[in-house]
Order: sequence, then structure tokens, then C-alpha cells
Amino acid sequence: MQTQEGYEWKTENGDETIIRTHAWSPPGCHPVGCGLQLHVKDGKITKVEGDPTHPITRGALCPRCLALKEFVYHPDRILTPMKRAREDRGKDRWERISWDEAYDIIEKNAKEIIKEYGEESIIVFGGTGRQANTYYPLMAFMVFGSPNACYAQSGWSCYGPRATITAHLMGGGYPEIDNACRYQDRYDHPGWEAPKYILLWGKEPLKSNPDGFWGHSVIDLMKRGTKLIVVDPRVHWLATRAEQVVQLRPGTDTALALAMLDHIIENDLYDHDFVDRWCYGFDDLAERVKQYPPSWAASICNIPEEQIIDVATKYATAKHSALGWGLAVDQNPNGVQLAQCLLSLMAITGNLDVPGGCTLGTPIAGDDDPARDMASWGFDAGILKPEVWKKRLGAEEYPGFSMIMNQTHPDLTLDALEGGDYQCRMAYFHSSNVVSGAIAAQPDRWYEALKDVDFAIAQEPFMNPTAMALADVFLPLTTFAEHDGHVQPHYGLNAAFEAAINKAVDVGDCKCDIEIMIDLGKRMHPEFWNQYEGVIDYLEKRVIPKGMTFDEFRKAGIIQPEEVYRKYEKGMLRPDGQVGFLTPTGRFELYATSFPSFGEDPLPFYMEPPFSPYNEELDPKIKEKYPLILTTGARTYASFHSEHRQIPSLRAMVPDPLLEMNPEDAERLGIKDGDWVLIENQFGECRQRAQVTPTIQPGVVHAMHAWWYPEKDPNAPSLFGAYESNINTLLPNGYIGKIGFGDTFKANLCSVTKDERNEKVVE
Amino acid sequence: MTGQALFIDYEYCSGCRSCEFACRNEHDLKADQWGIRVLEDKPWQLDDGTWNWNYIPTLSKLCDLCAEKTSRGEEPSCVMHCQAKVIEYGDYDELLKRLSEKAMSYIIRP
Repeated sequence: MQTQEGYEWKTENGDETIIRTHAWSPPGCHPVGCGLQLHVKDGKITKVEGDPTHPITRGALCPRCLALKEFVYHPDRILTPMKRAREDRGKDRWERISWDEAYDIIEKNAKEIIKEYGEESIIVFGGTGRQANTYYPLMAFMVFGSPNACYAQSGWSCYGPRATITAHLMGGGYPEIDNACRYQDRYDHPGWEAPKYILLWGKEPLKSNPDGFWGHSVIDLMKRGTKLIVVDPRVHWLATRAEQVVQLRPGTDTALALAMLDHIIENDLYDHDFVDRWCYGFDDLAERVKQYPPSWAASICNIPEEQIIDVATKYATAKHSALGWGLAVDQNPNGVQLAQCLLSLMAITGNLDVPGGCTLGTPIAGDDDPARDMASWGFDAGILKPEVWKKRLGAEEYPGFSMIMNQTHPDLTLDALEGGDYQCRMAYFHSSNVVSGAIAAQPDRWYEALKDVDFAIAQEPFMNPTAMALADVFLPLTTFAEHDGHVQPHYGLNAAFEAAINKAVDVGDCKCDIEIMIDLGKRMHPEFWNQYEGVIDYLEKRVIPKGMTFDEFRKAGIIQPEEVYRKYEKGMLRPDGQVGFLTPTGRFELYATSFPSFGEDPLPFYMEPPFSPYNEELDPKIKEKYPLILTTGARTYASFHSEHRQIPSLRAMVPDPLLEMNPEDAERLGIKDGDWVLIENQFGECRQRAQVTPTIQPGVVHAMHAWWYPEKDPNAPSLFGAYESNINTLLPNGYIGKIGFGDTFKANLCSVTKDERNEKVVE
Repeated sequence: MTGQALFIDYEYCSGCRSCEFACRNEHDLKADQWGIRVLEDKPWQLDDGTWNWNYIPTLSKLCDLCAEKTSRGEEPSCVMHCQAKVIEYGDYDELLKRLSEKAMSYIIRP
């Protein structure tokens, strides 16, 4: 464990104080922990700067942190708790109240609902990537004793699939590009080497800083000789710097990956030593992928056969190379097989846990049922009853999902809400904009399904469509500039470091996720929660490295664990200390021995996207009516999903939602760059502005996600224009793989027509 | 020629606009003012299939190369905050050497 020598988290400079801190959220972001210096004068932030002593970000910041002052001091921020009569849901009729009154209302309702209907009738909804990700399951398990923490994206299609398939195939952790993140001297560290290639698959890390991986370190690596191979239907800016861009048809990724495996195995380009010593099921895999040669994949993916061969050869033979796998792996009903293929590619080419390859985290826990990790804390405290845990929505139906994920199955949650026998009586929107955000497919269905719950709470820094539509009580959240906390990339699954979030200022009467959890815990289960005096006490007892006070922790700056490569050789991936991997066979499972018990094929296979012009089972009328392939969700620098839309300088970067389309399609459809267009399919419609660009292929369009308009009418049915431009209204629930993962966010169908209305119209 | 300038490696400028935001913070500029501004040469494809898509940071009259910061021995704000680390501050003569060894780059001063 290394700490930052000479680090000072707080310095006085004349009449100002400079607080060094590490960003998480709000404002929303993944746990990247970028280093900031917040200049404070008279209790207000006067200036935001980067921290040049941070070993990963080295002074850099993205526009979202540089605009932090606009977020913190925005006139629309909610600064006190509020309530509203249940019949006023959807109406902007809020009344300010004290925290005590808010807690009184929540306690009374929760206790009545639990008494009448059981703990399981409370569902806590969480969004994506935010600090609340760590705390919303605990709000369910530890405060209300409910087994139902819900991430409302169909097929839980973000990170969970990659993490879960990694757990099944090798026992946990998360393989990440080796960017020398555990060395204080970073790229100069002896023994570290830059990846020869990074195979960047369905991922644009510069904008997304995915899961805490600092995206721009890819550019650091390129300057040190790393070459890129990009697999993406869109030629993004980074792709223009790549040696190869594999511009495949959306949703066909698994075909490409199978063909790469076939080529590598057929041509003996794999690492025999690694395969012999550490893999299980190689012959089965080799036999399976024979039916998927590059010539076959070329026609499926609409790319040249030679390109597949070239890319497979380079990745397999340039030692070592890294593979950055992105959201496109998750948002695909065939994504489990894609994850299997990509992990298998890393393994058989000897690129796992080696310098310049992909590093591995250590498994989450030694427990044979990792989903119990957070939940078991609830069992031990006597708050989450084992018989209630068994009622977790979808756990029984999707065992391959629920043995790793501690969550409800989202699609079955929606089904239950829409009229099953499992009634949700209370909904807690914990940094989750379910009805118009990034994650919910057919968000209008979620809105309808939730609008009659007996009681609902929203916990957010700003009013948003979900809180306006549904909440009875609003709890105002602090930004990371206003609370103490803890951040570690990858939520700990493969953490580059741990660091403190240091409070710099107070704004209004807001509280952080941890404080609200403790406060409500003391209302619901004082016998347990009274042991925590407050946020710092909780962090010391539960979160930061054992034996440290929070003061010691924050004085340490960035705390980096030691980098150890080839942990499988050293007994570091298993709680019993044996070499190998934490799987039933003790090896990396190219043949997934657990899959048959989930009803899934143990070997990877290709499945055509459910909505594709080439899917033979799809109604020809649908194909004719919606001829364009729709892919969605690429990020911009200006926002974190549905957040930041009201921040003036960020909104000015991307003022409107954009639909990328090729000039050929635009000309044929009579659409000019900047025109408003109507995007439609059998599930819904929305409006965005055309961005005519050659970076997307003819026949394919890409739509931005998570658009709403804070400047528009807050009252229902507008709800800040929640459904005017939200592409998720065209994306269905329920198209998932057998283990329970996947959706159609990256591959669906639509039509696009010019919208003759020039201005956006409020319904 | 003597004096200070910025060397910009536009091969790796990712167009994130952090420099614009950092400059605005440092100099208390209004939302519609820029000391540094990133221009875009939008994407187009060459006959050989490769792509041209460049972001080009340029300086306005408001840029003083962060005279106050550099007098304290710190880097200009755009240099420190640049995520891709493509901006270097220094003596013109030194930067000229950098220019001679790096394609897709230029030296600029306000």
C-alpha cells in the first residue's frame, strides 16, 4: 500500500482555504476519483482547479468538474426537504419542510407499509455509476429490510453482465486495461510496459471514464507506443487515431469475436502454456468456434474478412495487448456469449493479468454466494430476514444472475409492478431518474406502473422528471464538494486506488447518501444504527481501510495497492490460497460449467439481434416500416446521462439531442444537418436533431440518450419534456438472454422522417 | 525570436474543451468569452479509407499565457487541465525543437 508523501488535503492561502478532494458524485460520474483543488473563501467555492499531484489525472479535469461551481450554486438546486400531497403527483406543488418532518413522514409510511404488506413491498431504485450505487442496496437491505434494490435497465445491461460473466468464468474481479494505475511513478515504473495494442470494443473511454477507468490514459498509452484497434459501429474521434477501425453492424459483435477465436485457434496463435496450465474446456471451445470462421462473420458483421484476420492476428501475437470491453457487451441479448468470447480471447492469448495486458481485481468475497456480501450484513444485523430475501424479484427465475448480483431482475420487477401478485407499495428513487433517464427501456411503462404506489421518495440534488412525476417527499442531496466520503474505481472490483472525498462547503440544508441512510436507519432500526455516530464514524467502521481514522485516510491522499501480476500463479484469486481461479474447476472456464444449471449453453454461440433487417423471425412488415438500424447511448463530454442538462456552460456544448445519420440516408430522406427529425418504431417515437456525418454507415443511425428539458413545463404530462426526445421510448423491455442479461439499446430498428415543426413542442 | 508560447500536439487533442473551461475559471471570463477556443475540422474520409478529424485549439486576445500563474512557477491553466496533455508552455526556441520532432503540431502565441 502506497500513500502520497507530503499530501496536504487542506491548505490556507491568505484569506482562502484550498481543499483537495477526489470527485465522485453528485454531479454524476463514475468513481474516477479525479483530483481537485477547491478554493474556498467566506464559505463559498471561488475557484475549481485540478490537482497536479494526483498520480492518475495529474491536474487534468473534464468540463463537468470544471463547471462544478455552476452545479453547486445553481438557482434550481433543491436546498431543503419538500413534501407534496399524494394527489398532487405530477404537479409542481411542493412545500418546504424540515428534515425531521421528512423523516417522520417516511418512517410512518414505511412502517405502516411493512406491517401491512411486508418489507418486500418497498423497492429502492438506483441509477448508474453514481456514489449512490454503493448505498442504494444498503438503503433497501439495511434500512427497510427489503430484498428489492432495483436498477431499472432491461436485462441489468450495464457493467453487471460483464462483472457477472467474469465471476462465472474466472471467479470475480474485472479485467481492465493496464494503465500503470497502481504505481506512483506510473509509466516510468520498472517492469511495467505499454500494451502493444488496445482492442477497444464497444467503448469510448475518453468521454465515459468507464467505471472509474480514467479514459484519457488511453492517450497517455498511445504516446508511449500503444496502437488502437477500435470495434464500433461509429467512427468516434479516438477511432480516427486507430490503426484499424472495425465498423461492424450494430449488435453483431459476438459473430466477430467468435471468428477471432476461430482464427486464433485454427492458426495456432494462442498461448499454449496458459491454455494448458490454467484453462478448462479448450477443445470444446475450439470445436464450437469452427462453425464461425472469419468468412462467415464478415458477411454477418458487414466487414472485410481480411480485416477480421488481421485484427485477430495482431491481438493474439503482439505481446502483450489489452482489451477494453464496453457497454456494447452488456446491451445485447447475445452479450453473455460476447463476454464469454472476449474473456476467452484475453485468456487464450495469454493477456490476462500481465504487464500491458488486462489486470485483474481480486474476488469480491470468499463467500460462495457473492450476492450475499452486502445482503449478509443485513442478515447479521437481523434487519434483512432470510425468508424475505428469498422474495427478491426475479432471483429464483434467474439464478445465474441472482447468485452474483444482489439486485432484483429489472424486467421481472416491471412485470410485477404492472399487475402481478407482487405489489410495490413504496418506491424510493435514490439518484435514479427512472421515468426519463438513461437506463429504463420504455420509461413511460415504468411511469405508468409506478404512478399509483402508496408512497414515494426521491433523493436528488435537482428536481427531475421522476421526482416531479412520482415523489411525495423530496430529499435534497449534497454534491461531493459538500460531503466527506470515499471513492475507489470499479467500485472495488479492480480498484486502482482509494481516496477521500473531502467536504469543502455547506450549501443549503442538504445531506449526503450516507447521512440520510444513517438517519433513516436510526428511525427504522435504532437497535442497529445507533452504533454509528455519523458519516465519519460510519466511514471508519465500514468503508475506509481498517485501522485508519478518517483524518489519517484523507491525509494519505491517493492510496494505491501494490500491483501484482499473474495472481492466478500465486494463489491470490482464491480465498483458500490455492493457485488458479475461483471457479468450480479451479481454472479459467472456456467451457462455463455453471451455465447449464442456468439453462444456458456452456459454450458461446451467435444469435442475430431480435430487431434486425436480417432476423428471419422478425415480421417483414416491421422490417419494411422501420428500415434503419438504431443504435444509442454514446456519451458526450457535456453530461453524465440525464444529469447536467441545466448547467449553462455544459448545455451550450450540446444544446440539443442529436441523431447521427449518414449523408446518403439524409439525402434520400430529404433531411439536412440540424433539422428536427421524428424517430419512430413499433414501441414509440421521439424527436431529435439530425447530425449528418460520414462517421456512421448508411443504413445505421445513432441517437443520444437520456434527454429531458429542465427549462420546460415541469407539470405532467410534460414533466420537463420527459418523452419528447427520450430515445428509450423506442426500446423495449424483455429481450434478454437466458441468464437474464441484455437489451436492444445498441441494436434496434427505426424510421426517420423530417419533422416539419421547427421548434420543439411541449405536449 | 524570443518569448513564451504554447506548443500544441493536435494529433491527440480529443476536443474535450477542458482548456476552454479552465481558462474561463482562471480569468473569470463570461460564458461567451474564450481565452483559448477549440475549433473543429470535422470528420471526412480520405481515399485510402483513413480519417481526418482534428481539433485545433486557438488563442484569443484575452490569453496572456496565464502570466500571473507562470510568474509563480505554475503552468498555464489550459496546460495543467488538458486531459490529453497536448499543450506545452515554454520558450519559443525550446518549443521549436518540439515542433521539429512531432508531426501534427504547431506553436501558437497570443
